[in-house]
Amino acid sequence: MAPVLSFSSVGMRYAGGTEALAGITLSVGPREFVAVIGPSGCGKTTMLRLASGLMEATEGSVNVGTGRIGYVFQDPTLLAWRTVRSNVELLGELRRLPRKERRRRAEEAIELVGLSDFVRHRPRTLSGGMRMRVSLARSLTMQPELFLLDEPFGTLDEITRERLNDELLQLFAAHPFAALFVTHSVTEAVFLSTRVVVLSDRPGRILGEFDVPFDYPRSSRLRFDPDFARLASRVYACLRGVAS
Amino acid sequence: MSAAARHTARPISSLVSRSVPPLIVFGMVIGLWYAVSYLLLSPDRRFLVPPPDAVLRVGFLEPANRAELLDGLRLSAEVALLGLLLAAAIGVLLAIAMSRARWLERSLHPYLVILQTIPILAMVPLLGFWFGYDFGTRVLVCVLIALFPIVTNTLFGLRSVDEAHHDLFTLHRASGLTRLWKLLLPAALPSIFTGLRISAGLSVIGAIVGDFFFRQGEPGIGVLIDLYRARLQSEQLFAAVILSSLLGLSVFLVFGALARRVVGSWHESARDHAAG
Repeated sequence: MAPVLSFSSVGMRYAGGTEALAGITLSVGPREFVAVIGPSGCGKTTMLRLASGLMEATEGSVNVGTGRIGYVFQDPTLLAWRTVRSNVELLGELRRLPRKERRRRAEEAIELVGLSDFVRHRPRTLSGGMRMRVSLARSLTMQPELFLLDEPFGTLDEITRERLNDELLQLFAAHPFAALFVTHSVTEAVFLSTRVVVLSDRPGRILGEFDVPFDYPRSSRLRFDPDFARLASRVYACLRGVAS
Repeated sequence: MSAAARHTARPISSLVSRSVPPLIVFGMVIGLWYAVSYLLLSPDRRFLVPPPDAVLRVGFLEPANRAELLDGLRLSAEVALLGLLLAAAIGVLLAIAMSRARWLERSLHPYLVILQTIPILAMVPLLGFWFGYDFGTRVLVCVLIALFPIVTNTLFGLRSVDEAHHDLFTLHRASGLTRLWKLLLPAALPSIFTGLRISAGLSVIGAIVGDFFFRQGEPGIGVLIDLYRARLQSEQLFAAVILSSLLGLSVFLVFGALARRVVGSWHESARDHAAG
């Protein structure tokens, strides 16, 4: 099947001369969940920005096989003056969906992330984890075929983070999307993905790719499986090679 | 005490604890005022500080005096309010234009700073000389004096929007107008209200003090203040000063309440001023 997203020999050099990415060739097929891991400043976010069309590559080409992209930022980027419901409806408004359809999709998405009791709340009254759920729900309303996730759980505590990992996997199991997921956490990368890509220090190049053989749905106990630990330590070793 | 009783008791006790101290101070001020009138000043010099009851009797309760005062107050309030509204409309539009075009900001900003630093009140005679001393010129003084805080605060608010929020709107192909209406203006609202509140106070000052220069036409409360001083009508002078202070205070309260109503449910800044 044609890939949903493909990078061929992509390089990115910023106007100031900083080279963020070099020679990236990577493709993400339908229903593939690719995690990208690498040291800070190695161009992970740049990959997402290139994939979303927010930026254009200075070398090579980026091809996206769908117009339905969900972008989840590091920060939940909710609008403080809107309630949960109206935040989730925002993208439908921007895309000029009819009001009824917008409302229906928003309610469905809010239900999926388990926030139906909070539709009238404003972001400031929610916890960090709940805000991120609202942000996920907002992306879901666009029924994305490609999810771009930029360290969405990076600022959450460990317990909330693991819970949201589980929930994201449930969403992935129930909805046919492809994902490119940027993270700093090896455990998170291996737990969520079908493939882990390790990037080098700036300019980011692909150092290694690891297929993750575990079947979905994955239970949260997988994190304690010996095979899981072995794979995670191989990814970790690859990443360590970068750091040293 | 049961939980329910505690819930109902708390607002009342907080109202009491919040209103009693200022009331005590108010009582002390009135007491001091009487002391100055009756103990410090001899009867022939008492006109310098007439006692509160005389101010109330002559200034507020005598129908002719009261009508004169209230007419002056109404005129000054109209001038201040119209000036403020115009300054708000012009200021917000100007800030939007400046936020969209860097060159416009670069060309206008120095002059806005100059507008803020030159004493507008010192220019009132010049403005009167050019445009006459009627209602329009009084309003113009208020606009000039109130414009700067609105422009700078609005601009700051428009600029403070997160990059990621902009990205979100860009990704979903929001038009410039949609971005302005659904992202920039709501995000700037708390700052706009901060500007409005500062400008409201300035506009009242502009209307009252500017009035000193407007001898022709209907007298505003500033003209009355100067007139009562010249005629040694000290009870009425006090009444007029009290009324103009109340005008300033009520403008401050009204804008505080408005800000709380509009942005209080989602923005901290509006709640911090709740006591105002």
